[in-house]
Amino acid sequence: MNEKFFRLKTFEKASYCRYFEEEVIKNLKNKNIKIPTYVSAGQEFIAASIATICEDLKIKPWIFGQHRCHSIYISFGGDKIKLIDELLGRKTGCTRGMGGSASIASKEIKMFGHDGLMGSNGPIGVGACFATNHPTIVFMGDAAAEEDYVLGGLGWASTKNIPLITVVEDNNLSILTEKKVRRNWEMSDVAKSFKMEGYNLNDDPIDLLKHSETFFKKPCLLNVNTNRIYWHAGSGMDGDKTFDRYQEQKKKLGEEAIEIDKRVKNEIEILWKQQLEKQ
Amino acid sequence: METTVRETIKNTTKKHLKENNGLLFGQCLSAVGWVGGTVPELTEKDGLVELSMADVANGGIVAGAGLSKRRPIYVIRYQGFNWFNASIILNYACKSKEIWDVPCPIFIRGIAMEGSIGPVAGSSQHSIYFKMPGIKIISPMTPKEYLIAYNDFMKNDDVMYVSEHRGSYGNSEELNDSIADDLDLVLFPISITRFEAQKAKKQLEKEGYKIGIANILWIKPFHIKKEWEKAVIKSKFGGIVLDDDFTQGVASNLAYELMKKTKKNFEVMGLKNKSAGFSKDTDNLPPSYKDIISKCKEIIKKKK
Repeated sequence: MNEKFFRLKTFEKASYCRYFEEEVIKNLKNKNIKIPTYVSAGQEFIAASIATICEDLKIKPWIFGQHRCHSIYISFGGDKIKLIDELLGRKTGCTRGMGGSASIASKEIKMFGHDGLMGSNGPIGVGACFATNHPTIVFMGDAAAEEDYVLGGLGWASTKNIPLITVVEDNNLSILTEKKVRRNWEMSDVAKSFKMEGYNLNDDPIDLLKHSETFFKKPCLLNVNTNRIYWHAGSGMDGDKTFDRYQEQKKKLGEEAIEIDKRVKNEIEILWKQQLEKQ
Repeated sequence: METTVRETIKNTTKKHLKENNGLLFGQCLSAVGWVGGTVPELTEKDGLVELSMADVANGGIVAGAGLSKRRPIYVIRYQGFNWFNASIILNYACKSKEIWDVPCPIFIRGIAMEGSIGPVAGSSQHSIYFKMPGIKIISPMTPKEYLIAYNDFMKNDDVMYVSEHRGSYGNSEELNDSIADDLDLVLFPISITRFEAQKAKKQLEKEGYKIGIANILWIKPFHIKKEWEKAVIKSKFGGIVLDDDFTQGVASNLAYELMKKTKKNFEVMGLKNKSAGFSKDTDNLPPSYKDIISKCKEIIKKKK
């Protein structure tokens, strides 16, 4: 795939994610959204890059996310109007108002819901992948990855050599507890010890693209270092100095990215406005 | 020779794997005995899948397989292992249809046994599953009942917990209700206690007591049959729910439902409120026919 095309395509997806989440934050503040909401702003390049790679490979994977999953849903082509409705608690939402923010699902894009037990999607994704032999992606955070059953599931995935990608969105924090306080090991090393492909990388799209050679050929784990912008439900921020991949990519890509940014911002604002007016 | 429960399970499983593209998951399935002779001697190519020893993860792996339309059967060799195995099944598979409109049918074979096997492995643990919406619980003790369980599973798309007992595997006879309008007491036995209830009834009738038996096959949903209701209402002293699990679970809940419906007194018998030890003197066993006889006599004497 042409590198520039890949970067722009990924940036466009990330742009939809970012402006969607900015609208979520606005609507949490003005109380249009009344449920616990977990925004993925700051981490969007992970899902955006992997979704772009999957499109290029012409693979529609089964997807198992958990909370902070709006970017996964949007990047893989989930209906944004249905997600707005879900967050507004409407029956027309992607999960009929049952899933809220943390447990969204979509039959159209084969994204399965999450039950709220952190990391349970790890072994569930492994079982689904084994039973179908269909390409499958599990997304989880660096804290969820510490759950014992995640590790048990990974070991078995390696034993069965299934077409599974496990993506750890590593923002280094569980609530506000840093990774170094919780453990002295890395998930990529755990994966290697299970005889899987294991990588520790950052969320630059090109880094992700470089590691995509083995995607779905054998089980692999990507520990992707990233940064979240907002705390749960937008109740706080990690600080102004948090590195923002979105701004970095926009600057790097120049005019074309600025155009995309403007267009998408406008499109998302209109989409939210229209849906809110339906209330 | 008539077909036993053991052979019924084995044949049904073979058909499930060979003809229905099904899957069978479990730990040490192909070890000595093939789970009491209930697992057909097949391989992973046929759909018989050996899991690792990671119990909690395994429940999740099977839940994931449940999304695949291959209707996994999951063998849990001792029901007490459900404390680890059940968490993702209960919180994901049972809720999947209601929350996401995505059915996740799994046939869970929880196997009970008793006698000097300690505080975890002994007896039934179906009460762990009882409180969660989105699950059916059945405890078949006869060949026909096993087929009822399997056929219901294949016709619908629910998670089904099948509370088995090794004590039933050699059984080839059906266990029928024994209901009349002039009973002293009606026994409502579950799982292995159904065999002890039969023995207790025989002995009590020799002594002149009139005892009925209403076999509980379906634990959830629990439907009180009209003839059960009528028999209890017309009985002199109500009934007893007998269980192979602790009394503070399924047994008390079903007794409450029966009491509400009939306005008659109900007692419960099951595992005592203590941990089981390994020695004979410290074990915690389900009610024997002797215990049942004593309890019946005690109730009748007290009420007279």
